Amino acid sequence: MGRTALRIVLYLALAGAAAVMLTPLVWLFAAAIKHPDVLFTYLFFPPPSKLSAENFRELFTTIPFLRFLMNSFFITGVTVMVQLFFSSLGGFALAKYEFRAKRPIMVLMLATMMIPGQVMLAPLYELIYKAGLMDSHLGLIVPGCVSVFGMFLFRQSMLQIPDDLLHAGRVDGCSEFGLYWHVALPVSRPMVGAFCLISFMGTWNSFLWPQIVLHTRERFTLPIALNQMVGLYSQQYGVLMAGTLLSILPVVILFFILQKEFISGLTAGAVKG
Amino acid sequence: MLGSRKLFRLQHKYAPYLFVAPFAVVFLVFGLYPLAKSLVLSFYTTSGPRSRVFVGLGNFAFLFSDPDFLKAVWNTTVFALFSVFLQLPLSLGLALLLNRRRLWGRNFFRLVFFSPRLVGMVFVAVLFVVIFQPQFGLLNRVLHAIAGLDLDTKWLGNRTLVMPALVLTSLWMYVGFNMIYFLAALQGVDKELYDAAEVDGANAFQKFRHVTLPGIKPVAVFVIVLSTIGSFQLFELPFLMLGNSGGPENAGLTIVMYLYQNGFETGDLGYASAIGWTLALGVLVISLIQMRITGAWKRGD
Repeated sequence: MGRTALRIVLYLALAGAAAVMLTPLVWLFAAAIKHPDVLFTYLFFPPPSKLSAENFRELFTTIPFLRFLMNSFFITGVTVMVQLFFSSLGGFALAKYEFRAKRPIMVLMLATMMIPGQVMLAPLYELIYKAGLMDSHLGLIVPGCVSVFGMFLFRQSMLQIPDDLLHAGRVDGCSEFGLYWHVALPVSRPMVGAFCLISFMGTWNSFLWPQIVLHTRERFTLPIALNQMVGLYSQQYGVLMAGTLLSILPVVILFFILQKEFISGLTAGAVKG
Repeated sequence: MLGSRKLFRLQHKYAPYLFVAPFAVVFLVFGLYPLAKSLVLSFYTTSGPRSRVFVGLGNFAFLFSDPDFLKAVWNTTVFALFSVFLQLPLSLGLALLLNRRRLWGRNFFRLVFFSPRLVGMVFVAVLFVVIFQPQFGLLNRVLHAIAGLDLDTKWLGNRTLVMPALVLTSLWMYVGFNMIYFLAALQGVDKELYDAAEVDGANAFQKFRHVTLPGIKPVAVFVIVLSTIGSFQLFELPFLMLGNSGGPENAGLTIVMYLYQNGFETGDLGYASAIGWTLALGVLVISLIQMRITGAWKRGD
């Protein structure tokens, strides 16, 4: 009897915690799909007749929201692809080759990982200013296209590739880049998925640097645009919530697509290191 | 044919350099150079990107008598303390609940607890600006319904409520995320140790104290250090929720916000760099102290 009671308490606690976690998201969703007239009438969902796409209509007609979405997709897409290529290629070299610069590179990478990124904001700003990249998407993409974390992640997972496999490839006349492209990268597929998700989230949600670089509204990414909208819509917040919902959605969708790779990629990394 | 064989060997020798080159070039220009440059800049007073005056250690000396900076350090430290002493125990608690044997729906709960982490910090801030609204905000309406509290409570406009609001928001965002680490650690603890402890007549608390805690210690130290470092870099939440200013009487001003204000609103990149390096050194010292106290070094990793 005591054991059953304990289980009931356990499930009640879990259900309570789950409710607390989900309530803000449900509320956000409800606010986005309610008609603005009944925004305050119902705390959560109104009757079906009061549901409306009005907030989304307003979002795409009075604000260049589509533009912001495209900007975010463009910047994130390019950054993730370049990060993925540079990190996996570099990680392959660090994992499977012996060369003189290897140790110094790894030591420098480790050292910068310990230092909060905000330290370099000021000189980075100077650099981008002098390069004429202020207020441009390149000003976000170029400094953001390498990931120290990604280098370590791929090095870690590619350490497990057997040397015999690579030697066999060499005997068959495969070039070194061919070994990376046809052997190392396909073998690391779970890590590629995991890294894409992590890198996508980092770039998509990035705020401080874009806030410094971007000035023209047409070039804004979603986080910068949403920040500007807070002042305008915090009272009639239906539009704000619709914008937030659409900004979150790509990450959520990507998470569900890559969930399996994400988890197996992370556990693979954990087993080794 | 000898030529192509030689070429084959050459490309093996130089391949690793070519492979790390793209990363290395960008890392050098946009990583190492700014890092070194910021150290230099921190000895100057600047106004915009063009004018600068050498002030030696003046920036650092001024920092420690700058009431706004000290306020920012205080606020950020309080926030970090809440992260370590409130948020992480809650994460561990949730992980312990989920780690029961034969638990129905473990993956479901794990996903639900983790889900706030899928919402980027900026978007969390936007959502909670609205949740904390007087009159219509979710929090006030729920508190009003449950406990009859005032609907007019201005969470983000009241000096004493700003920090609780920030802590609450970050709790929602990170409790489940850190739980994932603890849960993975708990699942790695040798089950036989529990059985052995049971045979020895250990009660639940003794088992927790002598089997669970030592078992999850490496992960716990990792989470404590990471979450402290993250807390000291707090920026987006207060910046969006309170506006660039730091809230009523700077009650929500953080170190990175102060860095941003000085560097990119006032235009003193030198002072901003000095703030950055003070933050970096502070965080480093705190991490080392944490690792020493928790004895993470004795294990030899």
